Amino acid sequence: MATARARPLVNASVLPGFGLTLGLTGIFLTLIVLIPIAALVLKAASLPPSDFWRIATEPRAIASYRLTFGASLLAASFNAVFGLIIAWSLVRYRFPARRFIDAIIDLPFALPTAVSGIALATVFGPQGWIGQWLAAIGIQVAYTWVGVVVALTLIGLPFVVRSVQPALEEVEATLEEAAESLGASRWMVFRRVILPTIAPALATGFTLALARAIGEYGSVIFIAGNLPMLTEITPLLIVIKLEQYDYLGAAALGLVMLCVSFLMLLTINALNGWRMKRLVGRR
Amino acid sequence: MIAPAHTVVQRADSDTASRLIPALLIGLSITFLMLILVVPVASVIGYAFSRGLSVYLAALQTPDTVAAIRLTLVTAAIVVPLNTVFGVAAAWAIAKFDFRGKQFLISLIDLPFSVSPVVAGLVFVLLFGAQGWFGPWLRDYDISIVFAFPGIVLATLLVTFPYVAREVIPVMQLQGRESEEAAISLGAGGWRTFFRVTLPGIRWALLYGIILCNARAMGEFGAVAVVSGHIRGLTTTMPLHVEILYNEYDLVGAFAVASLLMLLALVTLLVKAVIEALGSRRRRSV
Repeated sequence: MATARARPLVNASVLPGFGLTLGLTGIFLTLIVLIPIAALVLKAASLPPSDFWRIATEPRAIASYRLTFGASLLAASFNAVFGLIIAWSLVRYRFPARRFIDAIIDLPFALPTAVSGIALATVFGPQGWIGQWLAAIGIQVAYTWVGVVVALTLIGLPFVVRSVQPALEEVEATLEEAAESLGASRWMVFRRVILPTIAPALATGFTLALARAIGEYGSVIFIAGNLPMLTEITPLLIVIKLEQYDYLGAAALGLVMLCVSFLMLLTINALNGWRMKRLVGRR
Repeated sequence: MIAPAHTVVQRADSDTASRLIPALLIGLSITFLMLILVVPVASVIGYAFSRGLSVYLAALQTPDTVAAIRLTLVTAAIVVPLNTVFGVAAAWAIAKFDFRGKQFLISLIDLPFSVSPVVAGLVFVLLFGAQGWFGPWLRDYDISIVFAFPGIVLATLLVTFPYVAREVIPVMQLQGRESEEAAISLGAGGWRTFFRVTLPGIRWALLYGIILCNARAMGEFGAVAVVSGHIRGLTTTMPLHVEILYNEYDLVGAFAVASLLMLLALVTLLVKAVIEALGSRRRRSV
């Protein structure tokens, strides 16, 4: 598609309904998404910059960013490692539970966050099915930052697996065989042939999991303990400010979160571009 | 000479180290999934039935629980059709026409995916809350949106906004335009062309988008928690009711309602699996 030369706003087409469908899309988008988000930006912008800065950088907020971003990065990294291992196992090996595992990978997508929240909090709690064994060896998961990481790992799990799986299926066996016949070890084949091929997909999966984790609320608050400065995530801090009718404070933190969302969206789009270029380049 | 793919595996199986690697990786996968997914999900059933079937059934029949189920169903019944109409309209505009700013429009439609649910709720409080932009005006006319049913619908609309569009757009793009153009040039009307030519090709993607949208609409927690006000029996959806019961240490009650939501998730996955099976069978027969 040529973008450099000037082209008309709409290319002529014999198909009807362009005005209707685009108009409907525009109205919905404006009413449901754009106006509400503009309201948040305007509300936060009504604060003098110094006040905005003070609210956005107060110690309690900083502590919540540290937990939210730290735990999200850790969870997305776990997902990158285990997601790759799971995708690899699903694509390369045939074993009894394969179909079952392939089917349940998407469960965190469909499972309401409140359900995974109370389930994790109870299972990893001191008397829970897993928590009691961990307690015996002195590890506490529920009501600590470790619990936050566990919850974020659960909800991010499908992103890496579902991004990497199709990429792994695309890796050409002939390339691997060529490398092996030239004397490369299996590890070298993985590092030099397979990893570069799936790197864009892995990066996309990691970023999607990270974006989801940063905004997550429902599955975290039950297991987190929610102590200010220690185990309080930023979305929860927004809710607390709203409950105290501190709309400006909530809007300021909301704007910080929104900016991070935009940044993640841009990164995901850039990664998709990278993946597309890789696909086109190979053909 | 090009060897068939499976010879790699055969050669690999000749030494013990490479017999161990698959076992190790599969073992790691299963352990990880057991700890983080299977055991927690199974525990929902375990805790829900921990005091027997009669206690479980009784927990589902309390008036507040019934009210929460009704509110969730009514919300989904409003949100899902609206977002379905939007999703199909957006897909038609994006897939069947070329216009400037198309990529930007797609990014805007995807935006709710990356916005935190809490922020999605917050924006409506800032618009319609007591101190919000329309707050004073709404108070004068005695209309409540936030902490009431309309707020719940709006927040759910926002978080489930991209689901149908997201599934339908790529399939409609893949369809191309030739069939529709042929139908139109043979004298079919726009609606007839859509229902007879376009819809049969997108129906599985559309169905998948609708069930995903529905699962999210019924299960949404963060956005609804912010706008609901948690008025028991009035503005608590099923996920919010789970939270209330859990915080009151009514574990059986909380997990009983949670088990219904989990059933919804499992049915969603099952429908997805069926759609995928049908889709691949169709592709093979073509």
